[in-house]
Amino acid sequence: MIGATLVGIATSAIRLATPYLYAAIGEALGQLSGVLNLGVDGIMLMGAFSGFYVTLLTGHPTLGLLAAVGTGGLMGLLMAFVSVTLQAEQGISGIGLYLFGLGLSTLLFGMTVGTVKAVAGFPPTPIPGLSQIPILGEILFSHNPLVYGAFALVPLAWFVLNKTPFGLKLRAAGQNPLAADSLGVNVIRVRYVAVIIGGILSGIAGASLSIALLNVFQQNMTNGMGFIAVALVYFGGWRPLGVLAGAMLFSTVNAIQVWLQVQGVDIPSDFALMMPYVITILVLASMARRRIHVPAALNKPFERGGE
Amino acid sequence: MRKIGFVALVLVMVDLISLGAPFRVAVILPSTINDFAWSQSMYEALMAIQEEMGEENFQFVYSENMYVIADAAAAIRDYAAQGYDLIIAHGSQYGSSLVDIAPDFPKTSFVWGSTAQTFTELGIHNIFAYAPHAEEGGYVNGVIAALLTKTGIIGGIGPIKTGDAKRYAAGFEKGIKDTNPDVQVNYTFIGSYSDVALASEAARTFVNAGADVLTGTAQMTVGAISVAKEKGITWLGYDVDQSPLAPKTVAASIVVDWTVALKPIIAMIREGKYGGEILPLTFANGGLKLVLNDAALEGKLSPAEIIELKALVWETLRKIVSGEIIIEVE
Repeated sequence: MIGATLVGIATSAIRLATPYLYAAIGEALGQLSGVLNLGVDGIMLMGAFSGFYVTLLTGHPTLGLLAAVGTGGLMGLLMAFVSVTLQAEQGISGIGLYLFGLGLSTLLFGMTVGTVKAVAGFPPTPIPGLSQIPILGEILFSHNPLVYGAFALVPLAWFVLNKTPFGLKLRAAGQNPLAADSLGVNVIRVRYVAVIIGGILSGIAGASLSIALLNVFQQNMTNGMGFIAVALVYFGGWRPLGVLAGAMLFSTVNAIQVWLQVQGVDIPSDFALMMPYVITILVLASMARRRIHVPAALNKPFERGGE
Repeated sequence: MRKIGFVALVLVMVDLISLGAPFRVAVILPSTINDFAWSQSMYEALMAIQEEMGEENFQFVYSENMYVIADAAAAIRDYAAQGYDLIIAHGSQYGSSLVDIAPDFPKTSFVWGSTAQTFTELGIHNIFAYAPHAEEGGYVNGVIAALLTKTGIIGGIGPIKTGDAKRYAAGFEKGIKDTNPDVQVNYTFIGSYSDVALASEAARTFVNAGADVLTGTAQMTVGAISVAKEKGITWLGYDVDQSPLAPKTVAASIVVDWTVALKPIIAMIREGKYGGEILPLTFANGGLKLVLNDAALEGKLSPAEIIELKALVWETLRKIVSGEIIIEVE
């Protein structure tokens, strides 16, 4: 019984962590290049809607996913244009992008679909062989493809950031753009690419809700997840593994609180709901002193030949 | 959605003077008219009244997504200033705003719910309240759940433990216990009206714990209904008929028919009474209705069992209406 419970909680946590992982790793790439994008939640909503709508029309979640990738990329391009080319205040333009995505996804949903509908999204796809492993098989290898994708993204992002020339350029653009520029790095282009990739990943994060985990779309269905993703980037110290740890901590505590209530454990529901946030803040506070990875040029527009 | 402007104000003045003017209603909704729950049920009621009275006699406008109470209060005040006959603030969270605004517009009538309070003790006489007896609906769904479950484990998913959601949950648990005391029922509140993902995760956790019948209230439950559909278990709905969302999953829905409260309110306003009454919505007065979905029942029970279930459910409804079953809510 206890074993089954732990497996259930761990499986829940893996599922809950999925949208956060996509969004937070995408956000980390942007921030490491020097751009703070607070519009993640709005991009997620646009990704969730476009993925849902295309899946509804075509019956193919793969096409829906492509639509979410395209929409997320376009939203990322918009953010990059405003913050990198126009050099607008990043925090403010990100909030603007969030409100834009929230409003537009609600409007488009109202105009096209109009009512809550269910779609056939990505079905759970147990991995042959691996899913037969006792305990771990169910926890790790019995999910839908977008869940696997989110976890595969962690080592991939680590590799790109630390082992490729592009990763080096990206970090240089965020640490010391002037020096990077003098060494021949096209800072503007690197930031564009990073923010657009971040947008694409946020779009996938939204689609992971609307066509994989929930298979419905509803106005404002992300419910602020994009902002938690931004917090997870700080939590994770701008490292993919740190983001993974943060996302898993948050979603595990969330899974535990859901489970406690479902089991009828007699604790006030409001207290249970506070748990994920309280524990996250406590851990964050205890780690505050060793946050050494803040990109030095975060939030600072770059201009060639500027001071 | 809101018509703001001087032209509207002038039109209202003309309306008030001319006899047989249309009755004009403005409604504030916390979610959207297509949420498959709370807001949609009110929208459908207004559409039904309009159909009955005719568009020339009954008009309404609405503001959706008013989950920020300050925005809702501003909208309520705007509508009042535009001279609407009745302003519906469709949510318990709007009560304190009405106390603030209603005294400034003594010739405008306000109605809200689902907290049974009209503030006459504060000297305010232009606020009505509607109060669905959600516990009656919960009780009937509880009886149905107890008859449908094979695993003996049933779950409920609510938003915040207050108002309608709390009354429904209390009724649901009692309905199950009165029908089969051996069934295990747990009701969880996820703390949000909008967190579809958490509602869905709560549903998955219930399924993992062995539940084969789930219920819940408020608009975020669409996430849970989607899980019920995927897992092939039963969902029991509230607010509107939720079976179109998952025809083989939603075995029954308790539908709230707000026209039962709104029609008497409109009549009272026409006679010059602007508030002070609480209008209950019950099975007895038709404010609550049960919609059974045979397509879902047939997948779960044999024809004989369905007949048995229906007989017991109608008997339960009869006892609630006659007062033989009384459901206390703390």
